[in-house]
Parts: sequence; C-alpha cells; structure tokens
Amino acid sequence: MKRLVVVGNGMAGMACVEQILAYEPRFHITVFGDETHVNYNRVLLSSVLAGEKAADDIVLHPIDWYRQHQIDLRLGVRVVDVDPENRTVMGDDGSVTAYDTLLLATGSSAWMPPIAGLDTDGVFVFRTLNDTRELTRRSGPGVNAVVIGGGLLGLEAARGLQVQGCRVTVVHLMATLMERQLDADAGHYLAGKMEDLGIRVRLGCTTTAVVGDGRVEGVALEDGTVLDADLVVVAAGIRPNVALAYKAGVHVNRGVVVNDHMDTSSPEVFAVGECVEHRGVCYGLIAPLIEQGKVLAATITGNRGPVYTGTVQAATLKIMGVDVFSAGDWSEQHAEPVRYEDRALGIYKKLALRDGRLAGVILVGDTSDSHRYMEWLRSGADLTAERRHLLFPPPAADAGLGVADMAESATVCGCVGVTKGAIIAAIHERGVNTLSQLKECTRASTSCGSCTALCQDLLRAAAPEFEEEQKKVMCACVPFPEDRLREILRSQKLRSVQEVLDIYGDGVGCEVCKPALSYMMDMLWCGDHDEDRSARFINDRVHANIQNDGTFSVVPRIRGGVTSPAELRRIADVAEKYQVRMVKITGSQRIDLLGIRKEDLPGVWADLGMPSGQAYTKGVRMVKTCVGTDFCRFGTQDSIAAGIEMERRFEQLYTPHKVKMAAVGCPRNCAEATVKDIGLVGVEGGWQVVVGGAAGKGVRKADLLATVATTHEALEAAELFFQYYRESANYLERTYDFVERLGIEKVRKDTVYAPEAVRRGLLDRLRKSKARAPDAWHEGRDPKHPTQFIPLIPLETLA
Amino acid sequence: MTEHCWIRIAAVDTIPLREGRAVQIGDREIAIFNLGDRFLATGNRCPHRGGPLCDGIVTGTAVVCPLHGWKVGLDDGRVMRPAAEARCVATYPVRVDEGLIVVGMPASAGAASGRSEGAAA
Ligand code: SRM
Ligand SMILES: Cc1cc2nc3c(=O)[nH]c(=O)nc-3n(C[C@H](O)[C@H](O)[C@H](O)COP(=O)(O)OP(=O)(O)OC[C@H]3O[C@@H](n4cnc5c(N)ncnc54)[C@H](O)[C@@H]3O)c2cc1C
Ligand code: SF4
Ligand code: FES
Repeated sequence: MKRLVVVGNGMAGMACVEQILAYEPRFHITVFGDETHVNYNRVLLSSVLAGEKAADDIVLHPIDWYRQHQIDLRLGVRVVDVDPENRTVMGDDGSVTAYDTLLLATGSSAWMPPIAGLDTDGVFVFRTLNDTRELTRRSGPGVNAVVIGGGLLGLEAARGLQVQGCRVTVVHLMATLMERQLDADAGHYLAGKMEDLGIRVRLGCTTTAVVGDGRVEGVALEDGTVLDADLVVVAAGIRPNVALAYKAGVHVNRGVVVNDHMDTSSPEVFAVGECVEHRGVCYGLIAPLIEQGKVLAATITGNRGPVYTGTVQAATLKIMGVDVFSAGDWSEQHAEPVRYEDRALGIYKKLALRDGRLAGVILVGDTSDSHRYMEWLRSGADLTAERRHLLFPPPAADAGLGVADMAESATVCGCVGVTKGAIIAAIHERGVNTLSQLKECTRASTSCGSCTALCQDLLRAAAPEFEEEQKKVMCACVPFPEDRLREILRSQKLRSVQEVLDIYGDGVGCEVCKPALSYMMDMLWCGDHDEDRSARFINDRVHANIQNDGTFSVVPRIRGGVTSPAELRRIADVAEKYQVRMVKITGSQRIDLLGIRKEDLPGVWADLGMPSGQAYTKGVRMVKTCVGTDFCRFGTQDSIAAGIEMERRFEQLYTPHKVKMAAVGCPRNCAEATVKDIGLVGVEGGWQVVVGGAAGKGVRKADLLATVATTHEALEAAELFFQYYRESANYLERTYDFVERLGIEKVRKDTVYAPEAVRRGLLDRLRKSKARAPDAWHEGRDPKHPTQFIPLIPLETLA
Repeated sequence: MTEHCWIRIAAVDTIPLREGRAVQIGDREIAIFNLGDRFLATGNRCPHRGGPLCDGIVTGTAVVCPLHGWKVGLDDGRVMRPAAEARCVATYPVRVDEGLIVVGMPASAGAASGRSEGAAA
C-alpha cells in the first residue's frame, strides 16, 4: 500500500482525506497535526468565544473516525523538515516518516503587522482552539480589550470578547470596516451596528505599539492616543504557511501554486487549503477549500478528471443580530449598481450587474435573500427578465415556491457543498425527516449554519414526517429562542436582566421579555443575581394581585386547604382592621382578602402572620386536598398529609407559569387532581402521579407520569417533574402545553426514567433553589426599596 | 407658554431606576418615572380604564399599563398602543435640583379642577 503523509490536521486537510477514503486504491495514511486536538470546526471558534457553543460541540472528526480508517494520527507533532530526495518528513519529536505521496494542508497563520511590543504578555491571535481558550480565560467583566483589525475575524473576536464581559475597542487601519467584503456605505452601516452593540470602533487608525511593562497596558496609535488595554487580539490578516513547501521543492508564490487538477510542480507533493494558490488566488474561506479537496482527492488517487476552476467567494459575518453578507465582485467599475437602503431599519443592499448578469452583492441588516443571489452568481444567469424583482422577489403564491423554484443542482450548503438534489435524495432514500438527521446524513448546515433556514424549507417541503426543530424567538427585543437564552445566561453567567438586554438585545426590553428574563435569572441563580424589580410585573414588585381599581388582593398560604380556628380568627381580625372590601373563599380552597391598598400590604401581612399564597405570580399556587384516609370511608391514602408535604416542598418557588396541584385519596378524585398541573391520586397500595392536567381556558386530562408504591416515591416523582418544568419550559407555558409539546414519553425519559445522575441533578437543584427561596412577604418588614409600598409625599405642597 | 409652579417632590433616589412612583399634588395624581438619565412625569391614570401607570413596566421611554397593556409614551403622553387611540395623558416638566426631583405644575393647578388627563394634548 502506498504511504500518504498529510501535514496539517485541519479542516481542508481532513475534508480531503475523507474524499480520498472514498476512492480505490487505498493509502496507508499518516496525519501530522501540531495542535493537540482532533480536527474541529475552526469556523465555529467565534461561536465558542461568544459562548454559544462548547469546545466539544465543534469536533468534526472524533478520534474514532481516525481509528476506523486506520489513520495514524500524530497529534502535537509539528513537521519541521522535508527531504524530497529520500521522501521523508521530520517531526519536532525527532521522528522521521517516509512517504510516497505528501499532502501539505498546513493552512495559514495570523499575519503580524509591524507593531512594536507584539511579544508582550496579553497579546493574542485568534486562530486555534487553544487561542480561544486562552482568550476566554483572560477576558471577563472589567477587562479592556483592543482588537487590531476590523475584518471578519477581528469583528467576531470583538463580539466574543464583549460577550465575555470585556470593554472592547476595534482599531482598524482602513476608513471602513471589512473593506475587502463591503463598500464604504455598507461599512458605515456595519460600524453603526457594532457601536450599537457597545463595541467601540476606531477607523483609519494606525497602531504603532503595544505598551506595557511585561504585561499589556495599552495600545498606542499614530495620533498619540493610548487606548487602555489588558488584552490585545491581532486580527490583521493571514499568511499561507508555505515553509515546508519550499523545503519540499515545489513552486511557491504567495501560496503553493496548483493547477486546475490541483497538481503542484512535483508529482509526489500535493497541497490543499489556505496554503494553496490557485490561478493567483489564496482562499481564506472554507467553501472553496472543500471544493479543492474534492478535485485533489480524484487526482491524488489516480482518478484524474475533475477540475477546480475557482470559486465565487462569499462571506457571512457570524455575529448574532448583525447580518452581513458579501459575495463576488461588487465594485461599481463598469457595473450597474442596484441599491436599497433604509437607515431606520439599518438595511443596506447592493447588487452589481455586468452585462445583465449578477457580478457581486452586499447585504447588511437583512441577508435572507443571500441564497438567491449566490445562485445567480454561480449560474451567471441572464437577469434581464428579472430586472424589476432583483431586490424584492415577486410575492410567492405559496410558501414552498422558493424551494420549488430552485434547480436540483443549486447549492444549498456552500460550506460543505450540498446541492438541493442531494438533500432531496437524503430525504427519500435515507429517511431524513429532521434537521439534525439531515446534518448527520449530508453534513449540510454543519459549518457556518447560514443555510439552516433553507434546509428547513426543503425539509418542510419534501420530508414526509418533517418535525420543526427551530424554536420561536422570545421577542423582538432579544431575538433568541428561550432555550438558547437559558443556555447563554448559564454559560455567560449573566446575572442581570439589563446585562442580557445590553449584550444580546436592543438594550431596552419590553413587558414580554423582561419578566421572562427575570424568571430565568431567578431559576438559574436562585437569588444569586441582581433582582431587578423594574423588570417585573407590578404583582411581583409588591407580591399581591392588582385589581381593576388599582388596589390589591391578598391570599395567604393555607396548605392543603387545612386551616385552624385561630388562623380564621386572625384573618377575620385583619379583614375588619383594614376594612377589606370582600372576604371570599376561592376556587382553590383558600381565602382571598380583596381591595387592599398598596400601602396597607405590609401591615396586612404582618397581622396575618401567614406566608404568601403566591396567588399573584407565576409560581406555586396551592395543593388542593380531599379528606382522604383521615376521615373518608373510601380513602386509600393520606391525601391531606401528602398534599401538605408537597406544598411545603414547592412553596415560595417561581415557575414558568402558575403551578396548581392536588392530592386525592382515591380515584373518585374529589379535589380534581387529574385536571391539575401535578396531581397525586391515591390507589390501593400506592399513588399515581399525574401531570399536565388543566381545567381553565381549556380542559385536559393529566397524563400518567408514574405509578409508585410509597408517598416518598410519589413526592420524588412530583419533584422531578416540577424541577424539569422549571428548567425547560418556556416562560408563560403552562404544564398542559409543556407536556403536550414534549410528549409524556419524553417527559418520563427525562425525569422518572432518567439516569440516576440526571435525577440527582434535578433534585439537588430543586433543593438548592428551595433553600434560598424566601417567603416574599418578608419584604413587608424588609422592603427591597424604601418606597416599594409607599406613595411619594411631596416635600412641599402646592401653594 | 404655560406658567409653571415648581414643586419639590423627593430625593432622586426615592424612585428606583426604570420604575415609577405616584404622587398626589393638589388634586392631581401624577406618576414620576426614573429613566436613568432623566425623570419624566405624566398623569397617573391610564386613559383606558384608569389603571395606575406608575405601576407599569417601563420600556424605553414608554410605560405599559399594568391592567390591560396599553402603552403610553412618557415624553408626550400619547397612547402608542393601541395605535389608533387618540387619547393621551397629561405630561409635566421635571428637573433635578440639588438632588431633589422638582415637578412643574401648570400655575392654574390646585385651584382649578385639574382633571386635564384624557383631555390635554
Ligand atoms: C381568586 C380566584 C377566583 C376565586 O375567587 O375563586 C381567581 C382569580 C383570578 N384568576 Fe383564576 N382564580 C382562582 C382560581 C382559578 C382556578 C381554580 C383552581 O385554581 O382550582 C382556575 C382553573 C384552573 C387553572 O388554573 O387552570 C383558574 C383559572 C385562571 C386562568 C386560566 C388559566 C389557564 O391557563 O387556563 C387565569 C388567566 C391566566 O392565568 O392566564 C386566571 C387568572 C386569575 C386572576 C389572577 C386574573 C388576574 O390576572 O388578575 C384573577 C385575580 C382576581 C383578583 O382580582 O384577585 N385564573 N383560576 C381563585 C384563586 C385561587 C387561589 O386561591 O389562588
Ligand atoms: C475564528 C475563525 C473564524 C472563521 N470563520 C469562517 C467563516 O465564517 N467562514 C469560512 O468560510 N471560513 C472561516 N474561517 C476560515 C476557515 O476556518 C479556514 O479557511 C479553514 O480552517 C482553513 O482550513 P485549512 O485546513 O487550510 O487550515 P487549518 O484549518 O488552519 O488547518 C491547518 C492545520 O495544520 C496545522 N499545521 C500547520 N503547519 C503544520 C506543521 N508543520 N506540522 C503539523 N501541523 C501543522 C495547523 O496547526 C492547523 O491545525 C474562520 C477562521 C477562524 C480562525
Ligand atoms: S377522594 Fe376518595 S377518599 Fe378522598 S374524599 Fe373523595 S371519596 Fe373520599
Ligand atoms: S386601564 Fe390601562 S390598559 Fe386598561
């Protein structure tokens, strides 16, 4: 078997090896990688820095893949020399490895501009997983970061550092940002958007030195300014790694020169990726490199035929909420520009046409049509007939039209190179129904993710059992699905609503997202956060339910509906003392005091001496009980004791929506447990625990979660479900919608049937929250703010 | 130009950031909001059915009434949601003087019936 040695365990190299493996004859393959990681998705390092992905999420080829294909993987070994005479490579570990064929996939390195002090501690580049880890470690609230370079990489680095808490300034040599991809107008829009995110942008600035005594302290600019800096990221461009290619004796220009078959000047040496120069172009984006790899795989295995003729370059900025897309040659020389802009909405679009064909495109603020334009660029189609609809497609008669309109050969995923035809084939031949199955099967949408919406459309149109996975965003102010937000809050350790709004939202927020974010904070950090009352609905500012005349109602906790003569007497006294407008038995076995003035709330609570019944909030309401074995001739279980205990375990906690419960002694169900969020139904020899019931706006019979023998087990099952609901439901989603959405099988799998460690985790987190959840009515004595309950009295009166 | 009679209300920190508080001045019930960089004051009663605007959630320079979610602009007192609604609440100038919130009342207030809410433009 011939020996193939690959230098560089990166994206282009391994994509090419994957293709080589598809051909006969087989090589014995050795891969050298100077990084200590298996091949991962470098493109997503920006998402790792921004906390949207973990390092584990971006692995492309796990160690098993190398094993399966008998690839000899030499991690952490840098190839330092090549001997083309004897056909060997030398590693920095002293090893000498012989090859018949050598594949250079060495990528590129960050270019270091001539700036003094770049060796100071605290100066980084942004290229590898190790760089990313180090950046994450060194960044944080209060850290001043300066990014040198306002291109794609610099801006993504800037956003990532800012999400980590840093105060970030981008210093850019040119007059506008991303000048290689954007014209000056688009660059200005982009700069505005970056500034809106809170990232300072300094344009037309030459950096002269990084200053600091041992450690970075600042960045000096040509105009004499020194920017404070604890951290500097250099993102000024990349240079192909060609040192080995020189040694291997192949023709090198800026990169390793290759022809359309991907041959170099030597028959034994090949090259792919960012280290390559093809027809004078060195590509720095993954899509063309993968196309090169496909051609090279054919050539290297002796199946010469396919040719690589170059790629229309397209770039997408991966910053959530800052949509930027650029492709082709958008310069206006000898071209007809077609533009659209809306300053208020921050949208800018420009197409450049040459001879009636699309030559280039720039989209800022709305990139939803990028695929249409990419297709026109690739196909070079004559657009004369479309002239009126270039920027706005004629309204589609049916939603599936856009997809139906696409040619089979049209590329959907530019990064991995998956066509519409390939996706349709996967759907029909491989039974693909969901986005994750599609990713698994075709790799489409696994790289930059910009084609996700299109993949969804195709699935929706063609897959027989398509399941929607994409979640709705919470609201326009913070445009993320809620599960994403929970993850962001958790991983970024965001502890105030305003912080989330500033970093991930519009900085303002509204009555929809603020209470939802407040809930997430409380659920995640159990009080270890900045509880911002301005983000709460009035009921949660004063712990009572506002009524139509601006007064409030007070419902004290009466666990399990069981009270005492002394308690009833106190309630009666309070009602008289504060001249309560009405005393009412509620539909939930409790007592409601209606029509209380805000300023009287602390007094009412103190005089009642009872905990809050949380009747005003998205939290734990009551546990209704029936009389059970204590009194009832049919009782099989002590429903009163079980109900009171359940209420004690959950009370004072907040939930995505209100949680109402019941415990009954037998299936006659006198306290209506089967239409409650959580119900315990006593049966001979045990309990049935039911969840997701409703008898409000709609009626839904609860699903059976588990049947258990003891009260202890029943309560534990209820706890598991309760905490699971707290952690995974969307805000304002009642259990009846939550259980319905997930399906009871999934709920069971994630709670009562979950592995021991998962169950322990749920219970531990519940106990922790519970231990730190105070009775809200304590604030009557110890107000959160001096004027929480008290109206202002003017210092002076109107004369 | 309306003549104003300036009334000192309370120290600036009596109203938490992005919250409102009600205050009775003469026969007017006024809501004062702390927007961080400034204070704004409007009539406290929502033009819809009299909900207490001081208890609403502040969003930008507007407040959302706690009763049925009408949105009222604090700068000009205009109802922003529902969009077609023409009614509005009165607004009052506010300034900060030596750490105190000071509200300007129309000079005629106090004596007159003062029920300008819902009518003022
Ligand atoms: C006081 C009470 C009526 C009574 O006098 O019995 C009541 C009063 C209100 N209910 Fe209720 N509900 C009361 C028992 C119920 C019940 C019966 C029960 O709990 O067993 C239900 C059906 C079960 C359920 O919750 O699904 C019930 C279903 C609702 C709903 C519809 C919920 C749903 O998703 O279907 C709402 C509206 C909502 O939550 O969005 C609601 C909302 C309200 C609010 C809080 C409306 C509001 O936001 O202002 C009412 C407050 C009135 C006030 O001025 O204080 N109330 N409400 C009951 C208080 C129980 C307690 O002790 O805490
Ligand atoms: C943060 C970031 C974001 C990006 N975002 C995008 C994007 O959104 N879209 C896009 O298309 N592209 C993006 N890119 C670019 C894309 O990642 C690269 O084009 C692609 O990874 C290049 O692949 P490659 O295999 O040529 O090089 P690499 O992936 O860099 O792989 C080369 C590997 O070879 C190793 N190596 C080099 N020399 C030796 C040696 N002598 N011995 C042993 N090992 C060696 C290197 O350490 C490296 O691991 C991004 C890059 C970065 C850094
Ligand atoms: S549920 Fe059964 S045990 Fe309980 S009161 Fe009704 S009949 Fe009696
Ligand atoms: S009273 Fe304000 S919205 Fe109804």
